[in-house]
Amino acid sequence: MSVGIIMDAILRMLHGIGITFGLLGLSLAIGSIIAVLLLLMRISGRWWLSWPAQLYFYIFRGTPILVQIFIIYYGLPQFDWIRDSMFWSVLRDPFGCAIVALSLNVGAYVSEIFRGGVLSVDKGLLEAGAALGISTPQRFIYITAPLAIRISLPAYGNEIISLLKSTALASTITLADMTGIARTIVAETFAPYQIFISLALIYVTFTWIIQRTIRWTEGYLGRFTIR
Amino acid sequence: MNNTNDPIIRLIEVSKRYGKFEALKEIDLDVRKGERIVVCGPSGSGKSTLIRCINRMEEHTSGQIIINGHELTDKTKDIDAVRSEIGMVFQSFNLFPHMTILKNLTIAQRLVRKTPKAEARDTAMHYLGRVKIPEQANKYPIQLSGGQQQRVAIARALCMKPQIMLFDEPTSALDPEMISEVLDVMVDLASDGMTMLCVTHEMGFARSVADRVIFMDHGQLIEQAEPETFFNHPQHERTALFLRQILRH
Ligand SMILES: Nc1ncnc2c1ncn2[C@@H]1O[C@H](COP(=O)(O)OP(=O)(O)O)[C@@H](O)[C@H]1O
Ligand SMILES: [Mg+2]
Repeated sequence: MSVGIIMDAILRMLHGIGITFGLLGLSLAIGSIIAVLLLLMRISGRWWLSWPAQLYFYIFRGTPILVQIFIIYYGLPQFDWIRDSMFWSVLRDPFGCAIVALSLNVGAYVSEIFRGGVLSVDKGLLEAGAALGISTPQRFIYITAPLAIRISLPAYGNEIISLLKSTALASTITLADMTGIARTIVAETFAPYQIFISLALIYVTFTWIIQRTIRWTEGYLGRFTIR
Repeated sequence: MNNTNDPIIRLIEVSKRYGKFEALKEIDLDVRKGERIVVCGPSGSGKSTLIRCINRMEEHTSGQIIINGHELTDKTKDIDAVRSEIGMVFQSFNLFPHMTILKNLTIAQRLVRKTPKAEARDTAMHYLGRVKIPEQANKYPIQLSGGQQQRVAIARALCMKPQIMLFDEPTSALDPEMISEVLDVMVDLASDGMTMLCVTHEMGFARSVADRVIFMDHGQLIEQAEPETFFNHPQHERTALFLRQILRH
């Protein structure tokens, strides 16, 4: 087994970057929006909003992402009404299915992370805002949110990294992300050891880059708020 | 409705319960415009609760609180508007840590009063000048000393041009050498005719500035008098005991 084959394999696997990072970026964006909505439901103080949000969290935390992907990809098309609905254009496509599954997961986990951040904001600051006559929604936007984001950032970074690794599951529903391509190459070359080690190195490298970026952002945002 | 002789703050038999615990017991209190009142009493006597009911940070359980002729009730529509007329200074400063000093002073003006940016900035710089730290405008709270932070907190409240200022132990969290710089600002404010309600144990401040000193114990308003009478001839044994305890040091 030569270095040449490994180099070729790495170059081919890197063609999957677009799909891997497409999955990562899109599901992070959509998932974060879902997370904010769930968070607002949970802190609304109304049981008929907070209970469904809590139930949602328990369901997604309690099941493997792979199983969720299979349910969405293999399970949902069995229902005629889904195939007739506007969602079908997304759900007929493995990329769309993966995005849906990953986003729903990110939503669940990130809403918990944000909630921790929101709860850790000093109540005295909100009182000071209230005493100045700042309204409840504006206190949330201008005081709670910016501070909660700073506090949540390290955990949010970990979530991005675990999402990067979860995108590999998309290869099980025929997507040619980096892992999907690696599996194709292994089938052609019968060299699973070298190929998968190379794949692992690629993931480690990206993880490292993401981690550095998060660290830097943390330092930048926290430069005057270190307590 | 607003006769000039009417009190700006009127409390009628105000009580506040936390569950079964009575933190305030039928408090009656009138504060005239421009009056300076110092509230003292042992820890847990209900001083903070009293102050916090006045801008409805706490909701009183019974009785009436009337601010500037408007009663505070569940139905008070615009509580934010009422609060913007009442400045409050906390023991723990509570400056917004992610905003510069200038932003701390302009944010409420911009959001609540819809003041144009340049005007809000001018107002902020004016009050920073009054608390004698205009040069700190672009720093963040963490870069300031405790005394400076508390002065910023006072300036932040003043930027809303409030009619009433509430202080809840504004110097209790400060190192001793910083207490006087904050008291100086409060004395300056008092000489300007601001209506002030201060919870403090700084008896020198009370003697020189207060029109009236109030003593609270166990949620009750035990005694109120002008400083001279209050300190030299307290009427109640509990007041006398309290004064002996804090003046001994
Ligand atoms: N949120 C609350 N829940 C229950 N009890 C409270 C609450 N806030 C204050 N208390 C109680 O009310 C009493 C008066 O408190 P406070 O007004 O803070 O006293 P002071 O400011 O005079 O030290 C205390 O016994 C305190 O424990
Ligand atoms: Mg207190």
